[in-house]
Amino acid sequence: MNEKTGEQNVLRDVAALGVGLRTTLREMFQPQVTLSYPEEKKPRSARYRGRHYLRRYDNGLERCIGCELCAANCPVGCILVIAAENSEEHRVSPGERYAKVYEINMLRCIFCGYCEEACPVQAIVLGPEYELSEVSRERSIYTKPMLLEPDPGPHPDQQEPIRVGG
Amino acid sequence: MRSTVFLVPPDPFGVYSNPIGHWLVVVIAMVMLVFVLLTATAYTVYYERRVLGFIQNRPGPNRVGPLGLLQLAADGLKIAFKESFAPVGVDPLLYVLAPGIIVVAAFLSWAVIPIGLSDSFTYWIANLNIGILFVFAVGSMSAYATLLGGWSSNNKYSLLGGLRAAAQLISYEMALGLSLVPIFMITGSLRLQDIASYSVQLGPYHGPLPLIVVAPVSFVIYFISAVAETNRTPFDLPEAEQELIGGYLTEYSGLKFLCFYLGEYINMITTSALAVLIFFAGWHPTFGFLPAILTFAVKVVLVLFIYIWLRATLPRLRYDMLMRLGWKFLLPLAIANVVVTAVIVVAVS
Repeated sequence: MNEKTGEQNVLRDVAALGVGLRTTLREMFQPQVTLSYPEEKKPRSARYRGRHYLRRYDNGLERCIGCELCAANCPVGCILVIAAENSEEHRVSPGERYAKVYEINMLRCIFCGYCEEACPVQAIVLGPEYELSEVSRERSIYTKPMLLEPDPGPHPDQQEPIRVGG
Repeated sequence: MRSTVFLVPPDPFGVYSNPIGHWLVVVIAMVMLVFVLLTATAYTVYYERRVLGFIQNRPGPNRVGPLGLLQLAADGLKIAFKESFAPVGVDPLLYVLAPGIIVVAAFLSWAVIPIGLSDSFTYWIANLNIGILFVFAVGSMSAYATLLGGWSSNNKYSLLGGLRAAAQLISYEMALGLSLVPIFMITGSLRLQDIASYSVQLGPYHGPLPLIVVAPVSFVIYFISAVAETNRTPFDLPEAEQELIGGYLTEYSGLKFLCFYLGEYINMITTSALAVLIFFAGWHPTFGFLPAILTFAVKVVLVLFIYIWLRATLPRLRYDMLMRLGWKFLLPLAIANVVVTAVIVVAVS
């Protein structure tokens, strides 16, 4: 830019200034794009992958058969399943076995949904909830009562997680 | 009408005639003014953040208190409880002195600024006949604060910021002073109250005249220079974040940082109040129905809006552009303005 450009084009610069000021003033009266988060929430897709649930059959039996395919398929290893045998007196799921322990470490989970895909009986599904913050690492390990439908609320009587921090 | 404080003209208790009572009133008035100014500063920051938010299609701070009105109280408390940290190698005296200077200088200007409480009562602490020169003299002291703060911080970014601030303040001080010379020639006074009350007899109209009608060029020069004087965008080179981290503010934190910010915002209100007094007839009724004090406040708020509007619109000037605008455009324009006004004033009289 040569030295004189500044003085020669004063009028053009002032006009440009006016255009800029008009733009900002107009934007002031445009609708805001902000969502006031805790009160307003962004709509989520029907396939949104959030917090996990363990589903039941309509007759109340748990779907999970303790096969551990979800744990085997989990890329970050955040699922722990310990299976136990069903018996005639104590039948939890229709299959041979059921999950005696089912834990998901929500701090480790990357919500990829591979557990859901691996499950042969559609027992584990990812729901729409995404507000999963906790005050300690231990509380982020969701145990079976917390995961099992019907959802008993955010903190049912806490069953001590078997793992700590892992 | 030339008493130092003129709050209530009838004096049933003899307060004004008593020297001790007089001083008492002055001290109370000063304390009140400091509180009013501090509150005004806090809400100027709030106002700025809200307006910037609206311009950027977002709400701005709206969580703390109703409409976010207590946001600045929360911010102030937070910053006041920060550790008072000084880096190694600072000049211990000047490092602490610089934020003090800027706050003192900023508050001092308000000693001579008249505030019309109603149409007949005017409030000021010192009714100097050179009021406006006093404001400029005191306002220039903030150059010392930025320069000393930058120099004493033992940081090259601070030093560069301080140097830029000093150069910028000196450059624009000239245009700022010269822009108001036509006003002095028209009104024949340097006393702010006289300038604000400047009245004309124009046909059927008799009353105070907003001087922007007769001196629009002066207002443009004054406003550009005032934005530069207060280091506001687009002239905020002394604290250019991208190149100088924070300029002279880099090594300041906690209350000392707050002092610099306070000084900047009080200066902003001061220059706005001056613009209102000089160019927009001060507290004299322009909107017709509002009481004098509200008229004044509304006008100041409107001028402050221009500051914020400019900040939201314009990017920062490059250093050579800043100097070119100051020395090669504003200063010649201001001198031409003085000459032309002088010719017209002589011709009319």
